[in-house]
Amino acid sequence: MKDRGNSAEMGKPKKWQDVPMGGIAFGSSAEAVETGQWRSMRPVWDGEKCISCLLCWNQCPDRSILTDGNGKVTGIDTFYCKGCGICAHICPKKAIEMRPESEFTGPGAGAKGE
Amino acid sequence: MPRREITSGNWAFAEAMRQINPDVVAAYPITPSTDIPMKFADFVANGKVDTNFVTVESEHSAITASITASAAGARVMTASSANGVALMHEIFPIAGCFRTPIVFGLVNRCIGAPINIHCDHSDSMAERDAGWIHLYCEDAQEAYDTAILAIRLAEHKDVLSPVFVCQDGFITSHGFEPVEILEDSTVKAFVGERDADFPLLDVDNPVTYGSFAMSEYYFEIKRQQVEAMKNVLKVYDGVAKDYEAVSGRFYPKLDRYRTEDADFIVVVMSSASGVVKDVVDELREQGIKAGCLRVRMFRPFPADEVAEILAGAKAVAVLDRALSIGGTAPLAAEIKSALYDCGKNIPVQSCVYGLGGRDFFPQYARELFMDLAAGKVSREERYLGLLE
Repeated sequence: MKDRGNSAEMGKPKKWQDVPMGGIAFGSSAEAVETGQWRSMRPVWDGEKCISCLLCWNQCPDRSILTDGNGKVTGIDTFYCKGCGICAHICPKKAIEMRPESEFTGPGAGAKGE
Repeated sequence: MPRREITSGNWAFAEAMRQINPDVVAAYPITPSTDIPMKFADFVANGKVDTNFVTVESEHSAITASITASAAGARVMTASSANGVALMHEIFPIAGCFRTPIVFGLVNRCIGAPINIHCDHSDSMAERDAGWIHLYCEDAQEAYDTAILAIRLAEHKDVLSPVFVCQDGFITSHGFEPVEILEDSTVKAFVGERDADFPLLDVDNPVTYGSFAMSEYYFEIKRQQVEAMKNVLKVYDGVAKDYEAVSGRFYPKLDRYRTEDADFIVVVMSSASGVVKDVVDELREQGIKAGCLRVRMFRPFPADEVAEILAGAKAVAVLDRALSIGGTAPLAAEIKSALYDCGKNIPVQSCVYGLGGRDFFPQYARELFMDLAAGKVSREERYLGLLE
């Protein structure tokens, strides 16, 4: 592995020479970014209706459809889910419903939620 | 043993590509550079190279695929011209910033409109500030040699910047002339293998290319690119000497022809310099101290060396094959800037010639030298060969 300067443990670079070349970011930093915070609509999964066809798993632009490792859908990981709704749109059994995020996090959250 | 072939600038460039055997070539054809990917497609089809040849749907995609492959760690080459180059404009600065050492065969053709397929330098000059190295070749031999040399320059650890290897559309690209081709093994040994520092495909050491950099660090990253270009000026001669050792041919940043004691110097780029050099010889026989300076490296611009070469002249003319409509033509602007810094008030005549493939004849150079000698230098831009 090449010398990566002080970037791995760097705080804020103080000089232009200390900034990683070309703005390259080291490590898989996207893993730590909770893109779920961007969401305004939340997918709600109904395990009763789901047939685990995995169309949602295949189409999810992130990796928010959780499975048990044996091809069974087990739920939705809202840490990354941006609420695009592709899963709900593509589901042949209408097992996923898009609901306003305010139902879960806004004033009165929980009243109408899960 | 090297062999001699009668070949064209395009075919010679493609032959260099075959010998370099890049990992990836992503290209979209456009006149007059079409020959390069066309010839290279032959090599791919006939199993002469191991390259992953990506045929894309536009120049925008060609350069995007090239950058991505280069960031992944591949050695990448491509080619284009004119409006194809213009379509790549959005993507070129990304190659510069990502420090992807792509070597690009740029076959100069004017930018439409009016639509026209012939040579001028308006396509590459529009990419002047993209963070690419610009090398301009005089003939097919130089295009071949520069393709090989540019791999080592681009991938130099202090440089890591993409390179345009420019040649004049049709004049050089389609003109057939003798070219000495090195042995495959010589080229292979000279270019070696690419050793990428932070390749995307190194999954054990993941990196992200293209992340956001707002006002906190954008400036610093651009400053690094400036440093890379300064380094080009430092390391170029070493690479060129290494190439001379295997080929017998040395290509300086600035090709000076009888400039040492010259009173009157014409500065020019690419194929038209042959005509100017002939006229220099002719005038020298008549006792006129004429000289020609061919600028081979335009980015980074070797301003200090230029000033040193021109400092002893009584008058200088600069030939641009591109306009900066409403301002000073690009080469003239550089030359004037270089001379201002050296503190000598040498008269400079800016001339534009050859737009849209207009021929450049010896009498234009002859008249220009005679005007310099007669003190006829104007601040007005002159147009050589224009109907007026």
